[in-house]
Parts: sequence; structure tokens; C-alpha cells
Amino acid sequence: MRNPTFQVTRRQAIRGLLATGAFGLSLKLGACSGSPSASGGGSPLVAGFIYVGPKDDYGYNQAHAEGRASLDGIEGLKTVEEASVPETNAVQETMRSMIDIDGASAIFATSFGYFDPHVLAMAKEFPEVQFFHCGGLYQEGVHPENVGSYFGYIDEAQYVAGIVAAHASSSKRLGFIAAKPIPQVLRNVNSFTLGARTVDPTITTQVIFTGDWADPVREAEAANSMADQGIDVLTCHVDSPKVVIETAERRGIFSSGYHANQAELAPKGYLTGAEWDWSNVYKNYIAQMQAGKTLMNGGIPHLVRGGFKEGFLKLSPYGPAVTAEAQQAADAAKTQLASGELVIYKGEIKDNIGKTVIAGGKELGQTAVELEQMNWLAEGVQGSVG
Amino acid sequence: MTDRWRSSLEKICIPIGALVAALALFGLFCALAGANPFGVYYSIYRAAFGSWSSFQNTLIQASPLMLSALCTALPARLGLVIIGNEGALVMGGLAAVAGGLTLSGAGAPVLGVQLGMALAGMAAGGIWIAIVGALRHYRAVNETISSLLMNYIAIAFLNHMVNGPMKDPSSLNKPSSYPIPEIDMLGTLPGSRVHYGLVLGLIACGLAYFLIQRTTFGFAARTAGGNVRAARVAGLPVGKLTLAICFLGGACAGLAGMVEVAAVHGRANESLNANYGYGGVLVAFIARHNPLAASLVALLLGGILASGGILQRSHGLPDATVMVFQGIVFLSVLYSDSLYGKLPIFKPRPARPRPPVATATAV
Repeated sequence: MRNPTFQVTRRQAIRGLLATGAFGLSLKLGACSGSPSASGGGSPLVAGFIYVGPKDDYGYNQAHAEGRASLDGIEGLKTVEEASVPETNAVQETMRSMIDIDGASAIFATSFGYFDPHVLAMAKEFPEVQFFHCGGLYQEGVHPENVGSYFGYIDEAQYVAGIVAAHASSSKRLGFIAAKPIPQVLRNVNSFTLGARTVDPTITTQVIFTGDWADPVREAEAANSMADQGIDVLTCHVDSPKVVIETAERRGIFSSGYHANQAELAPKGYLTGAEWDWSNVYKNYIAQMQAGKTLMNGGIPHLVRGGFKEGFLKLSPYGPAVTAEAQQAADAAKTQLASGELVIYKGEIKDNIGKTVIAGGKELGQTAVELEQMNWLAEGVQGSVG
Repeated sequence: MTDRWRSSLEKICIPIGALVAALALFGLFCALAGANPFGVYYSIYRAAFGSWSSFQNTLIQASPLMLSALCTALPARLGLVIIGNEGALVMGGLAAVAGGLTLSGAGAPVLGVQLGMALAGMAAGGIWIAIVGALRHYRAVNETISSLLMNYIAIAFLNHMVNGPMKDPSSLNKPSSYPIPEIDMLGTLPGSRVHYGLVLGLIACGLAYFLIQRTTFGFAARTAGGNVRAARVAGLPVGKLTLAICFLGGACAGLAGMVEVAAVHGRANESLNANYGYGGVLVAFIARHNPLAASLVALLLGGILASGGILQRSHGLPDATVMVFQGIVFLSVLYSDSLYGKLPIFKPRPARPRPPVATATAV
């Protein structure tokens, strides 16, 4: 007698085999030309944009996708984009496919985690293609010369948003929902708090770390618990601020956005927001490339960073709850930041356990290495990095 | 003769029919989203299987799924529904990095380091799922729930380790472990960009099939899976079987984690947690927990994932389209399972009344 399980497994195996084969075959039968052809008129510059999440996340990825969209209509340029590409070797395949199939000669890899090892591996393999990575990680002499890196000092915008928040708050308690206690995030928390405390030095910011770049459930819990505690302005540093902003609106408190404009999610309580303005950055890169400059020939700098002054940032338009006085104070701070008169990290600054972290009279400009390694929370922030 | 032919035809027609139905439904979806369905079909084919280069993409996407699927498929033969693949994968990756750094620090040869990483990854993943098996066997804790929750523990543990004890201080904004030396990394198969994870996956699927179908151990496991009480009465060591098969399943997922670390990332960080575990659960269920079928289903899923990019870039479809496609294909394949023996055209015909003479000679 035959073993009945053998039959089942063989059937399964055959079926699987056929399924895979038939999948390709049936597609081939239904084939018609769908191959993308370059739009005529010489050979356009093709730039590929890769995002780690959806293009409409009201956050990090949307900011980049809006930057990409600002390139539409530029003569001699074709852009291709792909969203929700994970930080695995899938992103290497995406880059390869953009280069091989779409003919991309410039790749904009917008997620921080794409850099090592993915961008570096592809850059070695395609030395004639330029790779631009968002995150400011390029190191001279360490990384391939066809790799460039760009990033913005968005804590400047958070500083201004802190001023607006301080004016709106009546409980003098602000809330900051953050993903991870890493330098980039801590810098935003501290700048927001320092900005707010220029208005009223008694203001405190409660910070909660969710531990993940996208964890809507914990973000909502954090937002609700902050509202319960009497905190009346919320801001955040997570990939998509959507949940935080919506929760704040539902609880009837104010919110301040991040990454992109979330005003439509909170028409009543949205104050302003610290936004990226990648359109300037991308237009600039494209113009340089179209002028024949490359990373390899030294025409394009390998590391590009900037704040308000360089047009890397913008503020969301002020919401209805922002008073004229607050607007004036915020605009003034913004102007001073852009002109370089105002330095956010100017001593003496103490951390929230009373230790002096920046000595009196010392100024740390935006390019200071110390700020890149920030591992403390400023006085007035409630929470710990541990 | 005709009946056998019919049943073979059934096995061919039903899965093809399921795929055609899925493609038709997906075509409808594409048309609604404003894309030409036939152009989309062609693009999917081209991106997944159309050339050696694009087929390599499919293989790359498929290899972690094969190993990860075994973490669900093996225990399922014992009647356990385990979905802790992600956790076992993460623990395996973490242990592999720890093992690799220790060994390379001690000056072990390349092969030794790689073997050490593989063993460490398998041990960690194996123990992780064996804990689930032990909870099930000794404390009657539902293994599905406990394995799911163990995923969160594993991910939190990973974050803790790369943020604390194992952190490379130079990894400021993306906390990671120290990197494994370049020389100790797993290479790619000659003439391709596919890493050795594919070979490991195929070998593991083959071995798992052999273990389950061709050994007394596998027979005992299947028996216990069929009826635990009967197995106990027959004197089978159900507890040991549970722990062993959970360990093996977890070891496969742990090996997947090791491959991710040793062939792709080179270090442990949050990128390890890339949903290969949940993909593996899907593969195992579609393959009906058959390890050989799992390798083929992984290939199909890999092809679908590989075609995700082209749908966005050439047809302007949203990034979730590939998930819709995957969902439609798998639902329709799963549904088609219920059609076996139901379609009249494939039913064996009742034996025709034979002439009396024939009856006489037969007896």
C-alpha cells in the first residue's frame, strides 16, 4: 500500500512547480509592449528616488516625495521613484533596477538606513552612477567618491516651533513623542525646549521614547497619556506624525508638526511645524548635474548640509491659534537663525540632571561635532535617555 | 487509466486556474487604478522571471523566506501553529554577530568564523522556539500566542543589545553592533549576485522534507501531530518530539537571521527586523507545511516582491499594489485547494456496467 502522505506531498510539489512555471508562462501569453521608453529629445538625465515608506505618510517620506515632485517639468530630466522599499538587499535590487532598466545615472536614497551597506555596495559596483544619501554620513577618504550625502539642521525649525508652542501653552507643559534616544532626535527635543524656554523659563517638555520609527499604537498611547497629564502642546519626531497630530486634535490640545505639513489633520489645534524643504536641495543637485558637474569630478560637494539660511527647512503656515505676538517672536527667531546671529547651543546650558554640558560663553554652531554626538537632555526636559 | 489521467489533469488545471483567476482579478484592480492590465502583466513577468538578472532578484528575495518558512512548517507537522519566525530570526542574527565577533576577535580562520556564526544563529533561534514548545508542552500555553509575543521580546532585546552592551559607539544615529570583518562575510554564488543563503535554504528545505517524510523521527512527529493521545498511548515521547521539532524549526529561522547578518548587513541593527518572519508564515501556510513546496512558494512570493518596483515605476501604481497582488494570488491559491474533488469534470466516472462474460472471467 502506498503511503498516503507521499501522495499529498508530491501533489503539493508538482502544484507548486506548475504554479511557478505557469505564472511566468501565462504572463508571457498576455504580453504586450509595456516597456518604458525614454521620452525623446536626446538622452535625458534620469534620477531615481527611493523612499522607505509610503509617499503619503504625512511625514518623512512625504517630505522627500514632495521634493521629488518639485522637479516635475524640468527640461531634460526624468525622475523615477519607488516607495516602501525596506532597508534590506531589496533596496540594492531597486537601485540596480533603476540603473539597468530605467537608465538612472543619479540615485537619491532617502532613508538613513540605506547607506551602510546598501548604497556603499552599489556605489562600488556602479562607479559611473552618482549616489546621494540623505543623512549626512559621507566621510572623506572612507567612502567611494561617487557617494554624496545631504542633510538639514531641522532643529532650527524645532527651536522656532518651540517658541510658538510656548506662546500657545497655558499649562506651561509641552509634550514630545520621540522614536529613539539617538543624537539626531535628542537635538530636536533640546532645541524645541530651548526655544520654548526663551519665552518662559518655567516651561517643561515631557519626552516619551516609543522605541520605534513607526509604532502608531504606542504613539497614540503616549499622546493620550500626555493629554491626560495636562500637557497642552504636542510635537514629535517619528516617521509619520499623523497619529500624534490627530490624537492631539481629538483631545482638544495644540500640536506642532514635523517632517511635512500636517495642518489638514488638525485644522483647529495645529500651530506650526518643522518641515524639510527638499525641493531646493533637489533642484540644486539637478541643476549642478545638468551643468555637467558630478561628485566624481569635484563639481558637486560630497557633503551638503544646511538650515533656514540654505533653504533646507521651512515652517508650516501658522494655524488659527497662533497669536500675532507669537508669530512675531517666531519670525524674528527665524530671521536671526538664518542670518547666523542666533546660535541655539550657546552656553551656559545644563542638562536635566544639573550637569553643565556647554560651558558659559561657549558657542556650538550647527556644524559642531559635539552636537552630532548629543547624548543628554537639556534642563527643562522631563525624561531620560537611558 | 482515465481516472488517473483525470486526477493528474486536476492537479495541473486547478493551480493554473487559480493563478489565471488571480491575474484576472488583479488586472481588474489595475484597470480600476488606471493602468493597462496587459502592460502590467508583462512588466511583472519581466521583473520577476524575464531575464537572468531579474530572476536573480527573485532568488534574492526568496532565500530568506525559505528558511524562515520552515520555522512554521516543521512544528506544524506536529500540530503546532508557530508564528515566532521573526523573533527566532532576530535572535539568530544577534547571536550570529556575537559569535562572529568573538571568533574573529580570537583569530579564527574564515571558515571557522562562518561556521561559528551559523551554529550560534541556529542555536539561538532554536532555543527561542524551543521555549515556545516547552511552554506548550509543560504549561499548556497556547503556542501561537506565546510565539507571537516572543517576537516582540526578541525585537526589544535586539534594540536593547545594539543600544547598549553591543553598541558600536561610532553608529550614532542608527545604533548597531560592531561590524563583522569583511573577510568573514558570506560571499555570493559564482557568476551571480545571489548569496549562499539560497543554497542553505534549499538544503534546509530538502533535509526537512527528508526528516519529516523518510525517518522514524518524522513519522513519530506526524503521528503525534495527527493525534497526541494516540501517540502517547503508543509510547511516543511527545514532549521530546515537541522540543526537538520546535528547536529545528527555530534553528532554520535563526539561520535565516545569520544569513541576513553575514551576507547582507554585516552587523546587527533594527534592519534585521524586516518582516521576513511574517513572510515565512505566509509561505508555510500556502505550501501546506510541506518543506519542498515551501521552497517553490518562496520563489513565487520572491517573484511577486521583485516585481513590486516596476509596478510603481513603469505604471505609476501605488506602493501597496504589490501587497494587493500578493494577497489576491494567495487567497485564490488557498481557495482553489477546496476545489479538489469538487469539480464534476475531474470526478472519476463510475465504472461502466460490463458485459456478463467479462464478469464471469474476472471471477
